[in-house]
Amino acid sequence: MNLEISTSYPFIIILIMAVVTLATRWGGVLIMSYVPIGDRVQRFINAMSGSVLVALLAPIALEGDNGARLALLTTAVLMLTVKKPMLAIAAGILVAALFRQYIA
Amino acid sequence: MSNTDQAIYSLNRSDVWSGFKRLLPISCFVAVFGVAFGLAATQVGLNNSAIMLMSASVFAGASQFATLELWGESVSLIPLIVAVFFINARHLLMGASLYPWLRHLPPFKRYGVLLVISDANWAFSLQAFNRGESGMGVLFGGGIALWLFWLLGTWLGLAFGNVIQNPTMLGLDMVMACFLLAMVVGGQKDFRILVIWTIAAVSSLLAYRYLPENSHVVVGALIGGIVGVFWKEKRA
Repeated sequence: MNLEISTSYPFIIILIMAVVTLATRWGGVLIMSYVPIGDRVQRFINAMSGSVLVALLAPIALEGDNGARLALLTTAVLMLTVKKPMLAIAAGILVAALFRQYIA
Repeated sequence: MSNTDQAIYSLNRSDVWSGFKRLLPISCFVAVFGVAFGLAATQVGLNNSAIMLMSASVFAGASQFATLELWGESVSLIPLIVAVFFINARHLLMGASLYPWLRHLPPFKRYGVLLVISDANWAFSLQAFNRGESGMGVLFGGGIALWLFWLLGTWLGLAFGNVIQNPTMLGLDMVMACFLLAMVVGGQKDFRILVIWTIAAVSSLLAYRYLPENSHVVVGALIGGIVGVFWKEKRA
């Protein structure tokens, strides 16, 4: 995990991101033209695509200030109830702002 | 192959144009996410041309937000590749699901169309194909609309972002976390998925605590994925 790219060279990082993303866009069709994607691989990809986001978020929720936690809680609750992403995100940000301005 | 079959698999200009127009409403929504991304990207100190280049060449919102989360003095290569690959791995399934129709296009066009495949145009296109209509236009034309509006949004976002002085007090450091969370919560939810997420979250936190920096993404995603392989969902 120690290969580091300095962010003074953002274009190298962007190039890597672009190549990896393109590989996912082309990969499915490319692989299918040789072997069909099986059940196991499909389950792995499905489970993993949500897990990667959860894995990114968990430390933010744990290490963040209460403003950050309230923001995440607000977004989660609104996504579950109202189910409008833009509203849920905007409300989360607003809650963090209000909390930090007036309470923290 | 009959003539009607030929029409389903072909890619002509008027189909592309009508697909473009059909996805314009959703594209406006995508532009708003683009604004959020542009804003967030300015907060981590990326310069304008790098931000625009990222949106143009990567064109995958969640993975771009996730990269910002890993951004610091430097970025670790392996977690970067793993995060981008795993977040975008759904493209593999999307492409695979369209294979029965895309295989009729010549390779140059087939892989050209796939350059702009993303969630919305894929969903519309698959729907159209399953109804026996051509989904090529909405896949390619719609994809171009989504791409253009993603760029437009990003550009607006960085224009705003550069004039804001104290982003944390305005809660703007939470843009990407809230966006990623909305993606997670808005996705498929059942008991199996919730358990998988919990396991992913716990292993991520353990790795965050005890393993080298930034390995938590890889560890959480892999363990979540492996649990998914061994725990089959019930077929509806």
